[in-house]
Amino acid sequence: MADLTTEFVGIKSPNPFWLASAPPTDKEYNVRRAFEAGWGGVVWKTLGEAGPPIVNVNGPRYGVVYGADRRVLGLNNIELITDRPLEVNLREIKAVKRDWPDRAMVVSLMVPCEEQAWKAILPLVEETGADGVELNFGCPHGMSERGMGSAVGQVPDYIEMVTRWCKQNTRMPVIVKLTPNITDIRYPARAARAGGADAVSLINTVNSITSVDLDNMCPEPMIDGKGTHGGYCGPAVKPLALNMVAEIARDPETAGLPISGIGGVTTWRDAAEFLALGAGNVQVCTAAMTYGFKVVQEMAAGLSNWMDEKGYASVSAVSGRAVPNVTDWQHLNLNYVTKARIDQDSCIKCGRCYAACEDTSHQAIAMSPDRVFMVIDAECVACNLCVDVCPVEDCITMERLAAGAIDPRTGQVVPAEHGDWTTHPNNPGALKAAE
Amino acid sequence: MTNSPRTPGIAPARLPREAYARNFADVEPPLDAHEAMVAADRCYFCHDAPCITACPTAIDIPLFIRQIQTGQPEGAAKTIFDQNILGGMCARVCPTEVLCEEACVREAAEGKPVEIGRLQRYATDTLMQRGVHPFERAAPTGKRIAVVGAGPAGLACAHRLAMKGHDVVLMDAREKAGGLNEYGIAAYKTVDNFAEAEVNWLLQIGGIELRTGQRLGRELSLAALEAEYDAVFLGLGLAGVNALRSEGEEHHHVQDAVDFIAGLRQAGDLSTVAVGRDVVVIGGGMTAVDAAVQSKLLGAENVTIVYRRGQDRMSASTHEQDHAASKGVRIVTGAAPLRIIGGDHLEAVEFAYTEEGPDGLTPTGETFRLKADQVFKAIGQHLAGAPEDVHIEAGKIAVTGPGRTTRLGVWAGGDCATGGDDLTVTAVAEGRDAAEDIHATLVGAAQLAAE
Repeated sequence: MADLTTEFVGIKSPNPFWLASAPPTDKEYNVRRAFEAGWGGVVWKTLGEAGPPIVNVNGPRYGVVYGADRRVLGLNNIELITDRPLEVNLREIKAVKRDWPDRAMVVSLMVPCEEQAWKAILPLVEETGADGVELNFGCPHGMSERGMGSAVGQVPDYIEMVTRWCKQNTRMPVIVKLTPNITDIRYPARAARAGGADAVSLINTVNSITSVDLDNMCPEPMIDGKGTHGGYCGPAVKPLALNMVAEIARDPETAGLPISGIGGVTTWRDAAEFLALGAGNVQVCTAAMTYGFKVVQEMAAGLSNWMDEKGYASVSAVSGRAVPNVTDWQHLNLNYVTKARIDQDSCIKCGRCYAACEDTSHQAIAMSPDRVFMVIDAECVACNLCVDVCPVEDCITMERLAAGAIDPRTGQVVPAEHGDWTTHPNNPGALKAAE
Repeated sequence: MTNSPRTPGIAPARLPREAYARNFADVEPPLDAHEAMVAADRCYFCHDAPCITACPTAIDIPLFIRQIQTGQPEGAAKTIFDQNILGGMCARVCPTEVLCEEACVREAAEGKPVEIGRLQRYATDTLMQRGVHPFERAAPTGKRIAVVGAGPAGLACAHRLAMKGHDVVLMDAREKAGGLNEYGIAAYKTVDNFAEAEVNWLLQIGGIELRTGQRLGRELSLAALEAEYDAVFLGLGLAGVNALRSEGEEHHHVQDAVDFIAGLRQAGDLSTVAVGRDVVVIGGGMTAVDAAVQSKLLGAENVTIVYRRGQDRMSASTHEQDHAASKGVRIVTGAAPLRIIGGDHLEAVEFAYTEEGPDGLTPTGETFRLKADQVFKAIGQHLAGAPEDVHIEAGKIAVTGPGRTTRLGVWAGGDCATGGDDLTVTAVAEGRDAAEDIHATLVGAAQLAAE
């Protein structure tokens, strides 16, 4: 059995699945249930400063994007940070950590962008026995209007400044949670590292409007005829998150900085992908909100089985495995030539490959009157769209042309050696270098 | 109630009252909105989809299913009705398992096609239940057309002609319009008087005058129609019932299955419909199945379908045969009736086992008897009462192209005409296409091009 225990910035947990800071971790009752179900850790829902708690809307807080059969593909929310008194949260955190010492207990924080505010709250969290803090620089709605959340996360200088304040005022590990609502994730990540962050976690939610109520001409969720942008999460945002995690993992300036991967993790496979791209653990919210806490059991069992199959003894052995293979476009091998191949035995003759290729690609699939679909190698650019739209798995595959073969599309011999844009004759930069 | 399934002879009220509602409820209940969304999502939106090719009316099935999936069931219905104005009935009675659903690529992929028929019903029901009619008539052409026979072919023809701006007089020999939809289909396939409601909905287009009780050769003559109208469409159906040519066939408890079905369909109270304790249905088509299953549902104790050829030759689909078997109907194949036995009351039918050889069907010499107090003949119908002025070929009105008979100005379609299967959906296609041809002929090619 693979060992799922992880140590992330010194925080131990029995598995790499933490619940992200969000509604599921807002109170003791939920967190106890989560631990009973098997979650390795939680990031307690964001605490604000002492005083009158923030308030939430009293209408709907979530918008949703459905796939087939009302499968939740994406959720957005306009809920703010915890709306319960600070002292209640702190008391509960302490009680839960006391009873579940083997689980990770990280506390998310969001207070005004003043050193005094952070100085005030950090000792209070420390006193609970929590394992670490996560700085919420990500929420794109509500709190950002008040100069917090993503309003901080969008300015690298602020990230560095606040991170430094925290590192100077606590012995706890500091994880900086990043917003994806920026142009290049590397800048905020570098700022976090510069401020002394022990790790980054990402992504927070993506600024979004999930849908519009066309009868009332109002974005959802609609509050008395008005709506606002909210934070989008769930399976739909996973590709954005994977890219951002990978960018940080392969950026020389942030390489080695621990990453807690967040964004649409729904199955063990999603988790494995985040780990492969450099995450040390993952955080989950939407899957739990959709299916309940029990989903962690599939995630843990699935990850463990897969690791056994592949011979990975520990989570750290998986972490970052795919990072060396994330590269820039310019380094992709242009001499890797493939052609689509249609397996006639498994083809069900739906013609989707034909429609996709004929209408939107390269007219590289021929259709006979009796609905036999054949790839025209002389036209096929290997775009792969036919594979993507084919409803039958493995019916269409991409087959590599051997070195020395002639590509019927170009009439050129397929070279054996690697050849990319950096050395391509059409690249003015390459020519210059050659001169 | 004193009768039971074991009451001898032919008797009504064999079942407790509440059993009738249960037995004759919708054989395939409609999809609800969520079920429809899930079912619609399975459609792959195939290129040049095989299901469209397989549909005699060529409904754009992937398009209407996508419209359902995007929350536009009424738009989906319009797509269906554009091609098939009786799309509501066809959704209920089409043998989809040998048409669109057989062609569905998911049938090839996993043996479970997209539920096209049920989705079509969801869409058409949604629109029809609102009572709106989605088509408007074109400007009046001043042309008048006689449509004889208000079955599926005649209704489709009349509707399309009315839509093109012509005035139509739709005539039928029976009391009600609808043809086999009204009189010839099992009650559980078209509950809540759907056939009648569909006709009324179809007539909302306007410009169609319905005259019932008008039979060709009785109240009507082709010559008179030709003189009075600009064109004539014949959608007569097959009014004659084939004879068994067996001894004792004239016994008063040997009935035409179509009459039994028609009587049942028109009965206000099904407990008044009498049925035998031991019922034998002779034939192998949909009519045989509909008569047999409904006999069983009325409370007959034993119902047997006997077909003279092998099971693979039965024209009732496998789906229909399975349905009959599930209701407790026994199906015997490879046996032909020899004689009907009985005096005042019927007692039995004697059959000879048959085998198919190079010389056709021959008796094996072995015979058997089935106890029977009621026998239904369902060995097919034939054209009856067709005008002598049109050419008849292989027992049907000969047509070429879109229903042109040998007589200029006279078109024909549906079961009475050559070509195509004897299916509701085929009749609709033929009526529609004849209407288009009549329109093209009457308004002239030049005007048509200008349209």
